[in-house]
Parts: sequence; C-alpha cells; structure tokens
Amino acid sequence: MTKVDLGMPRMGFFTDTTVCIGCKACEVACKEWNAVPAKPLNLTGESFDNTSGLTADSWRHVAFIEKTVPAPGDDGAKDVKWLMSSDVCKHCTHAACLDVCPTGSLFRTEFGTVVVQQDICNGCGYCVSACPYGVIDQREDDGRVFKCTMCYDRIGDGGEPACAKACPTDSIQYGELDLLRDKASRRVAELHAQGLTDARLYGQSPDDGVGGTGAFFLLLDEPETYGLPPDPVVTTRDLPGMWRRTAVAAATLLAGVAVSFAGARR
Amino acid sequence: MSPRRELEPEFASYYGRPILKEPTWEARDIAGYLFAGGLAGASSAIAAAAQLTGRPALARVSRIGAVGGLGFSVVALVHDLGRPARFVNMLRVAKPTSPMSVGSWLLAGYGPLAGAALLSDLTGIARPAGYAAGVGAGVLGAGVATYTSALFADTAVPAWHEGRHELPFLFAGSAVCAASGFALIGSPTAQVAPLRTLAVGGAALELSMSARMPRSAGLAGETFGLGRAGALMRSARVATAVGALGAGVLGGRSRAVAAASGLALLAGSALTRFGIFEAGRLSTQDPKYVVVPQRERLAQQDREAATVG
Ligand code: SF4
Repeated sequence: MTKVDLGMPRMGFFTDTTVCIGCKACEVACKEWNAVPAKPLNLTGESFDNTSGLTADSWRHVAFIEKTVPAPGDDGAKDVKWLMSSDVCKHCTHAACLDVCPTGSLFRTEFGTVVVQQDICNGCGYCVSACPYGVIDQREDDGRVFKCTMCYDRIGDGGEPACAKACPTDSIQYGELDLLRDKASRRVAELHAQGLTDARLYGQSPDDGVGGTGAFFLLLDEPETYGLPPDPVVTTRDLPGMWRRTAVAAATLLAGVAVSFAGARR
Repeated sequence: MSPRRELEPEFASYYGRPILKEPTWEARDIAGYLFAGGLAGASSAIAAAAQLTGRPALARVSRIGAVGGLGFSVVALVHDLGRPARFVNMLRVAKPTSPMSVGSWLLAGYGPLAGAALLSDLTGIARPAGYAAGVGAGVLGAGVATYTSALFADTAVPAWHEGRHELPFLFAGSAVCAASGFALIGSPTAQVAPLRTLAVGGAALELSMSARMPRSAGLAGETFGLGRAGALMRSARVATAVGALGAGVLGGRSRAVAAASGLALLAGSALTRFGIFEAGRLSTQDPKYVVVPQRERLAQQDREAATVG
C-alpha cells in the first residue's frame, strides 16, 4: 500500500446529495456510455428505486428514501423528507478488491482510480467478498466482475465521466480530489450555517478505514440509511496478523504430527 | 410487501437490503475445497512422518489421501471460476496481499511434490527422490492446509473476518482430523498408533476453536449457531467428538472401529467447513452484522476522543 507519485493529481467524484433530484440521468448515462447490459424492470415498491443497488449491471445507483419527519407547525402532523443519493464505486485509497485480486486484473490507474482489466479477470470472485461496500459484482452469464471505471476512457481523453456530464444539478462533480475535498468542506460549513446540521461528509477523510475514498459524498442522514456501511475498513489492514497466525497454525500442525509420531509405540 | 421489509432493524437500513454482496462461491466447490485441501495438506505431513519413522503402509495411504484431496481441490477451484479457461491467470502475478495468489503458488509447488511422492511410492522408481519430494510435500502441505484461513478471513464477510483469530487453528485442527481419519480407514492396525494421538489432538484443537470463535467474533459470531450454519456446526462437533473418542480409546484394537472413527472424523471436518461457509454467507445477508459493530466502533472512538480531549 505504498504511495506512488504519478506526477499527476488524483481524480475523484464528489456527490453532493443535497442537490440530487432523483432523475437517474447518471444511471442512464453510465449504462449508455459503458454499454452496461439492461435488466428487465422489476418494480420493488421501494419508493422510486427499482435499481436497488450497485451490481455488475448497475454502476450508478440512485437511492430514494422517504423519511417521515414532523411537519412545520405544532399540530403534530407528519411530513415526508426526500433523501436521494447517487451511489458508485468508492475508488478506495486502500482498495480491498485490488489487494486481494490474484490475477492482477484489478489495478490502480494513473488517475488514482481502481479499474478491472476485463481481458485478465478469471472470475474468481474474491474481490466481491473483499469489498467492504458491496460494490463489485460478478455478471452471472459472463463470469467476470464489473464495476464503475470512473469512465477510464473518457477521463483519459480529458473528458469527465458520463454520469457527472449528465447530472443536471451538479450533484455529481468530477475533478481533482484535493480540490473537491476543499469544496466539500466549504459546502458543509455553508449548510451548517443554514441550520442543516445533519449534513456530513462520507469518505472524505484520509484517516478512515480505507484511507479515504476517491468517490465521496455529502449526506443528510446516517450512512446506513442510504445502504452505506458506517465505518468500513479495508480487510487487508489486518492481513499481516492473519498471516502470522496462519504460520503459527501451520507450525502447530507440523509439531503435532512430529510429536504424535515420535511418541508413538512401535 | 417483500419479506425483507418485515425485518425489525434497530437502525435505519436501506429497505433491509444487504450492504455486502454474498460470496459468489458455490458451497460444494469452495467449502469442499477447504475440506479437500486440508485433507491433502495434512495427509502429506502424516505421510512424511510415517515414512521417516518406518511405517510404509501408513505413508502410502496418506500419499493417496493427499493426491486424492489435491485432485478434488484443483477441479473444484477451476470449476468455481467464472472463466475456468483462464485459471492460469492465477500464476500471472505473485501477490502477498492476496491469499488466493499465495495459495495458487503454494498449490503449484505442493502439487507436483505430492504427486511425485505417490508415483515413486507406487512404482518404486527413484525412491530417494520420492522420499525427498514427500518431505517437501509434508512441509508445504502444512501451508496448504492452513492458508485457506487467511483466504476466508481476508474478506469483508463479517463472520469470517471477525473469526480471524481462531480460523487458522480451527482449520489446522480440522485438516489433521480429516487426514488422520482417512489414514485410519486405510492403514493396518499395527501402524496407526500415532494417528490416534494425532486425531485426539486435532479434534481438541478443532472443537476448542469452534467453541471460542462464535464468542470472539462479536455480533456476527451468532451466525455460527443460526439456521443451516448452526445445524452444520453442531453436527460437526458431534461427528468430530465421536470420531476422536473412537480413535483414541478403541481405535488400536479393532480395524472396524478405527475405520468408523476415521469416517466420523472425515465427516466432522467436512461439516465444519460447510458450516463456516454458511455462517459467512448468512452474515452478509443481514445488514445488521455490518452496521451494528461499525456503529459501536465509531461510538467507542467518540468516547475515547471525549476522554482525551
Ligand atoms: S468500493 Fe469496493 S470495488 Fe470500489 S475500490 Fe473500494 S473495495 Fe474496490
């Protein structure tokens, strides 16, 4: 997990959910640009959300939450508060999917993003169980795994990812991660000043369990309300200890065999 | 209304939907591989010890167990790939951060040695080289039998990751049970004395770890006792205990008892692996195994920050 300085800035997504209007333009643009297969429409009854989550065939997913809140006034009436958020691969600083990939198919690009090389992936599925956000996923009929590439082709050509380009409210912003982080901090301060004390950043801190994410969010509720883990940790952080205990267990096995045979009667 | 929405969570989840993806692995392939890999690796260690202490019949049986286990392992691993034809990509890189990569290289080194040891034993060709290969397979076998614990623990699957302290020893014990069980079935009574000690030791390790893991794994630890996972783990404990008792107390006298005990030990080991596999799957299905412990961790950090500040 050493840092390699590529001499170019790390790029990222800042998704400001306060201005998301739930139009799903990002979902559509992503599918179109990346030729992600369509799935038959399945009505879930979960507000406007019929995508349900990030999968091999959905690289952007707009979550819809109809939260019951007290209505203005003192008559105890209830009202609905809309929460909408476009979720995506977090492009983790310490990416578990990339760490555990046994073929080297998953790699870190010059933009600091995490991408699957589809011609290498052999569909072992290890990354699927490693991702602490449940993002990366296997496409059943294909066997390989797929996820957001932050439009590696578009950004390599100086463009912005399809979702950010299509977003009509700039809820999805693409740019240099450092600049986005500053911008996000200012935005939260502004919202707090307006009395929106629930506003918080998710994934913006380099001190969190994945070293900060390349795609981070401004949320208006607890992360789990949006289906996000509250404190994800890259599993490989604990790997040195796992290897140590595995070595001790292997040595125990050999010692057990040696002792049983040495001590046995003929 | 979908069944998911009838959950009564103690936090606001997203329509009760899971946060993590379920493992893509098939139980038959991957839990089966855990068992077969353990059988193979520990059998090679037993074969090497048997050969060095002059127990040729036991050595041969264990070499057969090793190659049989290995054969199943390789087939299961390749079969479980989404793109089986690309299995050689496993050896495209060597990555210590990926237990699957480490395991692939381990198997690539271990397989030929275990195969050569058996071949030389059966044909009588190049015996000294066969012996040397057998010792090498025995040492690498210990790695083959245990690295899978790191493979499982190094995931976001709550039951597996939180069970990381016990898993290596549980797998070592389970592998020893399987291999001594297999050898008890096939070896002449005169040569099984060390297996009886070994089976009891392996079972003690397996049983103590499988008792401890549900407690040390926090909230996700409860999945080891739930549903199919619980049923598998409970049957595993019974089978392992019966097998160890039979082997330890009576196995030296009767060939039939030794074989029956061996079967029970094999069954116990296999059931343990399937139980752990199922518990992991369960722990990805309910978002509470992700959210509750993580929230507790955050609250703890807040408390610590408050006392410091
Ligand atoms: S969110 Fe998951 S898939 Fe995306 S980089 Fe992080 S670990 Fe990999």
